[in-house]
Amino acid sequence: MNLMEFQGKELFARVGIPVPRSQHCHTPDEAASFVAKNPGKWVVKAQVLMGGRGKAGKIKFATTADEARAVTAEIMATPMPPNRQNPNGEPIHSVLVEECLEIDKEAYCAITIDRTSKKPVVMVSRFGGMDIEEVSEKHPESIAKKAIDTAAGFWPFAGRELAFASELDAGFRKQLPAIVGGIYDLFFRYGAKLVEINPLALTKDGRVIASDAKVELDDDGLYKNKEFAEWQKALPLDEDESLATASGLGIRNFRRFPGTVGTMANGAGLAMATMDAVKNANGEIANFLDVGGGANAERVRKCYELVVNHTNAKVFFVNIFGGITRGDEVAKGIVEALNTTTSRKIPLVIRLTGTNEEEGRRILTQAGMTTVATMDEGAARAVELAKA
Amino acid sequence: MSIYLDKNSKVIVQGITGGEGSYHTARMLSYGTNVVGGVTPGKGGQKSEHGLPVFDTVKQAVEATGATHTCIFVPPPFAADALFEAHDAGITLAVCITEGLPVHDVLRVVGATPGMQIIGPNCPGLISPGKATIGIMPGHIFKEGNIGVISRSGTLTYEVVDLLTRSGFGQSTCVGIGGDPIIGTVFVDCLRAFANDAQTEAIVLCGEIGGSDEEDAAAFIKEHLAGKPVIAFIGGRNAPPGKSLGHAGAIISGNFGTAQSKIAAFQAAGVPVADRPSEVPRLLAQRLGVTV
Repeated sequence: MNLMEFQGKELFARVGIPVPRSQHCHTPDEAASFVAKNPGKWVVKAQVLMGGRGKAGKIKFATTADEARAVTAEIMATPMPPNRQNPNGEPIHSVLVEECLEIDKEAYCAITIDRTSKKPVVMVSRFGGMDIEEVSEKHPESIAKKAIDTAAGFWPFAGRELAFASELDAGFRKQLPAIVGGIYDLFFRYGAKLVEINPLALTKDGRVIASDAKVELDDDGLYKNKEFAEWQKALPLDEDESLATASGLGIRNFRRFPGTVGTMANGAGLAMATMDAVKNANGEIANFLDVGGGANAERVRKCYELVVNHTNAKVFFVNIFGGITRGDEVAKGIVEALNTTTSRKIPLVIRLTGTNEEEGRRILTQAGMTTVATMDEGAARAVELAKA
Repeated sequence: MSIYLDKNSKVIVQGITGGEGSYHTARMLSYGTNVVGGVTPGKGGQKSEHGLPVFDTVKQAVEATGATHTCIFVPPPFAADALFEAHDAGITLAVCITEGLPVHDVLRVVGATPGMQIIGPNCPGLISPGKATIGIMPGHIFKEGNIGVISRSGTLTYEVVDLLTRSGFGQSTCVGIGGDPIIGTVFVDCLRAFANDAQTEAIVLCGEIGGSDEEDAAAFIKEHLAGKPVIAFIGGRNAPPGKSLGHAGAIISGNFGTAQSKIAAFQAAGVPVADRPSEVPRLLAQRLGVTV
């Protein structure tokens, strides 16, 4: 789960990472009344998950209540325009009205998981305020990295080492160990897969403050913090994720593509290989769908309807290799799905093997369906039917 | 021989009285696995439905049975605890079938359980065909032989193994390492074990997009595995960049972890890469100089 800036900064504050004074506002009037009570120079920032707010004109300044009302209304009037990261754009439901910092220098600080060393790794660069991907292309030597031993935990020397290795401006150095300690604390306490402060600002009056916050939480760990369930409800899902959730699938288990061959397989690896098989047979895929283990009749029917009603599929290629998944249950599910669905009917190509496969094939044959023996054969047949 | 598991390995099941644990214990027993007992806190002293002794703690189970291997079926919030308990009791190999462990739990476990080989989490387990299996793999598709198989995906492993068996290639050991971002046993660990296994003559490696385990494996093969041919397959060639498909691991970003970068790494290491699973037996036959 990706967090919005105001949520990330709330977590920052809890672990002692300095953040600018701010107020989260849902309407122009709210923003105006906050600024009326708190005179000063404020920045109004759209709260969205996608990046590129500055370029899109969704970050503006205000010094009076009237200005705050006007810029908030302007920011919220239109959604974030589409960009490469999010081709659908994103509606804006709130803004963060924040203390305007007098920034002298900007740096970058983040923690994430390194798969190879199996440890959390902290990254620091003296180039802040730009995409870290861009920094790693243009100034790869500027990024200092340090793996943290989870048994020992974080100790300040790691922060000092990073500050010196990345040649951070002296103004940052004293504060960096505390900042890194904070993101390490947040990383474990709230189960974050990524915590990124970009930019980490050094103000003209010598304060080191997190000017932005990007936090991605591990979905599998959300149950440990009850409040996150509420946060999750309020966050936007993209269309594919919403469809997946509505069909009882995990949000990562369904993706749509422009083609006409619908697919369903059990297990993400086999589902990807099924897509590849359709491509190898010169077909175009309508979707990725991992039905998961233990697929029952109800689940299969929902998946069938999901593909038939929401993709361009002209044929549905079902590829099940049973481990935990029992072939006879899947077969019953397919038969029942077609018997009970009110959605339109498209031809099915079924490859079913593994646990209880004979029983599964018998059920399908009895219902007048045909099965294929291999994935390649199934893909070829499906592509043929989609083109017919 | 085989790697990690043979017919004498003494296995316990953590979560033996649960639905999945009980069902798959029966399957493991019928395959010939030496399952010697199970653990369910609060049910110590009882017998499982298979007639096996149930213990309250792993420590008791190990003391009473001399078990060295464990298979974990407990729900995600308790799985890391189960792994730490196994390590504390002296277990040397733990297969964690459970899916959905918080990644931070896994980070802590792998960082603090030296001496215990963890397979998974979120994996189908392992099998040394004709000898024993730990986990949830469908035993009937495997056949004893000389090919080592390593895979990040469960059902894709079955697909490839089924093709191997039908082509006459039996397997020494098949390890489903799991598709999560952090796993206990990676390709390189298995390759190292297969390199030292007399029964294994060649290795099939099924990777997928995301991470750099395949690239690491290619580097290891180039350096240390001259004697044994390796064939690779990479799933997810047609996945769109920046999207995550199912496995938490299968995320591609930039040029890192793409199918192209993995294929290139294997080719540079002299490892033929199959275009599709059905091509694996043919490439294997070519490398071994036999006909299928």
